[in-house]
Amino acid sequence: MEKNLNLNLKVWRQKNANDKGKFEEYKVNNISTDMSFLEMFDVLNDRLVTEDKEPIAFDHDCREGICGSCSMFINGQPHGPKQGVTTCQLHMRSFNDGDTIVVEPWRATAFPVIKDLVVDRSAFDRIISAGGFISINTGNAQDANAIPIPKDDADEAFAAAACIGCGACVAACKNASAMLFVSAKVSQFALLPQGQPERYQRVSEMVAQMDLEGFGACTNTGACSAECPKGISLTHIARMNRDFLVAGMSTNEK
Amino acid sequence: MTSKLDSKIPEGNLEQKWTKYRSTVPLVNPANKRSLEIIIVGSGLAGASAAASLAELGYKVKVFCFQDSARRAHSIAAQGGINAAKNYQNDGDSTYRLFYDTIKGGDYRAREANVYRLAEVSANIIDQSVASGVPFAREYGGLLSNRSFGGTQVQRTFYAAGQTGQQLLLGAYSGLQRQVGTGNVKMYARHEMLDVVTIDGKCRGIIARDLTTGKLERHFGHAVLLCSGGYGNVFFLSTNAMGSNVTAAWKAHKKGAMFANPCFTQIHPTCIPVSGDHQSKLTLMSESLRNDGRIWVPAKLEDALALREGRIKPNDIKEEDRDYYLERRYPAFGNLVPRDVASRAAKERCDAGYGVNKTGEAVFLDFAANTIRYGKIEANKKGMHNPTEEQVVAMGKAVVKEKYGNLFDMYQQITGVNPYEQPMMIYPAVHYTMGGLWVDYNLMTNIPGLYALGEANFSDHGANRLGASALMQGLADGYFVIPYTIGAYLSKEIMTKAISTDHEAFVEAEKNVQNTIDRLLSIKGSKTVDYYHKKLGLIIWNQCGMARNEAGLKKAISDVQALREEFWSNVKVPGSANGLNQELEKAGRVADFLELGELMCKDALERNESCGGHFREEYQTEEGEALRDDENYKYVAAWEYFAGNKWELHKEDLIYDNIKIAQRSYK
Ligand SMILES: Cc1cc2nc3c(=O)[nH]c(=O)nc-3n(C[C@H](O)[C@H](O)[C@H](O)COP(=O)(O)OP(=O)(O)OC[C@H]3O[C@@H](n4cnc5c(N)ncnc54)[C@H](O)[C@@H]3O)c2cc1C
Ligand code: SF4
Ligand code: FES
Repeated sequence: MEKNLNLNLKVWRQKNANDKGKFEEYKVNNISTDMSFLEMFDVLNDRLVTEDKEPIAFDHDCREGICGSCSMFINGQPHGPKQGVTTCQLHMRSFNDGDTIVVEPWRATAFPVIKDLVVDRSAFDRIISAGGFISINTGNAQDANAIPIPKDDADEAFAAAACIGCGACVAACKNASAMLFVSAKVSQFALLPQGQPERYQRVSEMVAQMDLEGFGACTNTGACSAECPKGISLTHIARMNRDFLVAGMSTNEK
Repeated sequence: MTSKLDSKIPEGNLEQKWTKYRSTVPLVNPANKRSLEIIIVGSGLAGASAAASLAELGYKVKVFCFQDSARRAHSIAAQGGINAAKNYQNDGDSTYRLFYDTIKGGDYRAREANVYRLAEVSANIIDQSVASGVPFAREYGGLLSNRSFGGTQVQRTFYAAGQTGQQLLLGAYSGLQRQVGTGNVKMYARHEMLDVVTIDGKCRGIIARDLTTGKLERHFGHAVLLCSGGYGNVFFLSTNAMGSNVTAAWKAHKKGAMFANPCFTQIHPTCIPVSGDHQSKLTLMSESLRNDGRIWVPAKLEDALALREGRIKPNDIKEEDRDYYLERRYPAFGNLVPRDVASRAAKERCDAGYGVNKTGEAVFLDFAANTIRYGKIEANKKGMHNPTEEQVVAMGKAVVKEKYGNLFDMYQQITGVNPYEQPMMIYPAVHYTMGGLWVDYNLMTNIPGLYALGEANFSDHGANRLGASALMQGLADGYFVIPYTIGAYLSKEIMTKAISTDHEAFVEAEKNVQNTIDRLLSIKGSKTVDYYHKKLGLIIWNQCGMARNEAGLKKAISDVQALREEFWSNVKVPGSANGLNQELEKAGRVADFLELGELMCKDALERNESCGGHFREEYQTEEGEALRDDENYKYVAAWEYFAGNKWELHKEDLIYDNIKIAQRSYK
């Protein structure tokens, strides 16, 4: 049943990349449990504007858990306390009356803060540009049913491709490693026949770019997968590591 | 036809138009392509596929989007699927049938030649996507799987669980990023286009704002492609992403591009009902659910009342006391009637008092019957001869979970109700806009050099779009149409040197953009941007939504005018223009919606007939079905803008040589 909550928010405020930033506290009252977390922020921002204060900047767009824009670090967890959902899908019924909620941006060297809770995740796009594709020009394709793909492989490739590029894995990791994100893309293509021709080149180039962007090393803590809203599995990291080894050996041979 | 509108439809048989045209359209040689610059606004299916394809051909491309990455364009949220006339199911599908279904589904208000081309290239889209690694759903034999969608009787919809848009967009995005990597595309994320620049009647570039620094930028292009999506957010509440807006198209409109059929909006029948005033957007439950779910309301008013007051539960209502109203009214198509028909039928039942939630604006979408059917099939497969009812239900639930798991989870997350146990509650919501910038066969607007692709144009869906056809159209436009048709224009531009952005037209356009921003920031009124947006949304929803009438539309026009005036004197936009300012971004978009809203009502008022999503209460049959007037309204309404929110109507007659137009019937 719908209830109303009174809450204390501690929100990270930072004017721009150069500002040091600090927490600010806000009381919000009469928050319906039917609201989403971002709708609660809408209510707060509406009030801040009316009070002649600067509203809190945050990224969001689809509000359905699929675009990967929203990115709040809530009470020490990316996308908050509930498993398998993004910030925009988190509903206030996951909180209790009187709770204090601490909200921060993703924190990682490779994701500099732009303002308040908004960070720059363009490093992810550059990793994809380095190799996260199949090199086929428009118009070259053969009939889609020409190569049957075992359902299990197709399903697993799909499970990897479900990554929304939100960056929660990086935010969750004490090393700010991007392994889960990169491995999901590597794995998707490694599982499909279409991805084979560039398989090993792809993994080398994506990993090289990942290192260049300043993401940390992976020490297998598994925090990434535990916090991933799409449940991207650690097996993709294992698959990527294997492919990376093979890629290294074949380069040596040349 | 007014001389200003030349649709440039090639001569010849319908089946041959595109093949012939494609083989004779002037080409640009590779060396010249390198010096031709193309600006693409939008990185959704239309923009990303166009950008990748044009860059592969050798053009210099710049892509703009307002999100922080091209991958987040609104196309990412499409759920159910994409149509293609592959006939993999051997169930009678063909290019002609897809063409026919689309024209009929659009209630005979789309162009034959464009739609036929769309159906023709549809099969290539699936090939292209699979080749770029899109993991569509497959059968155990390893071949692609299909499902049914509304408005058709064949299975031609390809899908990837409930995330088809995501997978298709990521496919197109990877092609785009590949070109970014090679340097053929320069990507401008977190940039918003705020005007087009025209010189001597041709489109020559844009003004964009870097949303991070707040700086205005001038960009030159030999051609500009607007792939900026639809304008459903004029209603405030819609299934569109929060940022979806009309600004790019509207600025082009104000520079002379005609806006076609603005009143043709699609209200989707299966969305999660509104829960309260805090609501910021509405969530779609994919149409694919109508494939397996049955829609009903109680047959008795007292049962509906008891449900609303929480005295009984849906499962307490006996089978014979349920009204499966779509199956009753439309036995041939049943739950699979097109969206406009399904939405109006839901509204009709709710208006008559049969709504099932506390607001009285909801109907049931029930999976119980199909859960049992699936359970029985599973039992057979497993050789179980006398399964218990629980076993059947459990196995059936597993099948439903496999097919729609993510949608069911989403429903539960939002409503707190478990849809495996209780029927879902749904109600229609704004979803898609068939109207958009007028374009010719080449996808060029009436401004030379300015194109519109994807949902931003008006071209293929007439007065109602069939499910799974927007993804098809976006990718058809970007992958397979524009790479050819742009040659018709650019082949004549090879001598045009890049124009300096110091040209007075750029200076002037930038100054105007700056003035608008300054004005918004200087009002310092007392009401927030959202306040005005919500008010506008209510006006349009009530008067220009699922049902419209003359008096209501006239009132809406004056209400919107008054609201616009108030906005410009009392809106409060905090902060400054130097840096990220999300309230300022919203304010600019709502300012444009406040003008578009008026034009939508004007268009609806002018169209004295009912067709597709446009239902004028004055024009209906005795049974309450839409009454079209082909004699007087078989045209595209293209509106030309004049300063001070004045418009002139131009008509493009629609000619049907290949299809016999008839009253649309799904009975
Ligand atoms: C919830 C939902 C589910 C859907 N499901 C289906 C489905 O199953 N099947 C189907 O066929 N269709 C579906 N649709 C419809 C379909 O998703 C859209 O019509 C289609 O994706 C639109 O694609 P597009 O490329 O035209 O525009 P969009 O994907 O909307 O992209 C617009 C782009 O333009 C950019 N942009 C806009 N304005 C500016 C500006 N001023 N400056 C810079 N950039 C700008 C944006 O950043 C974005 O990149 C669905 C729609 C919704 C809302
Ligand atoms: S792997 Fe998971 S957490 Fe990381 S970007 Fe993808 S969806 Fe987000
Ligand atoms: S806003 Fe799109 S995933 Fe949250």
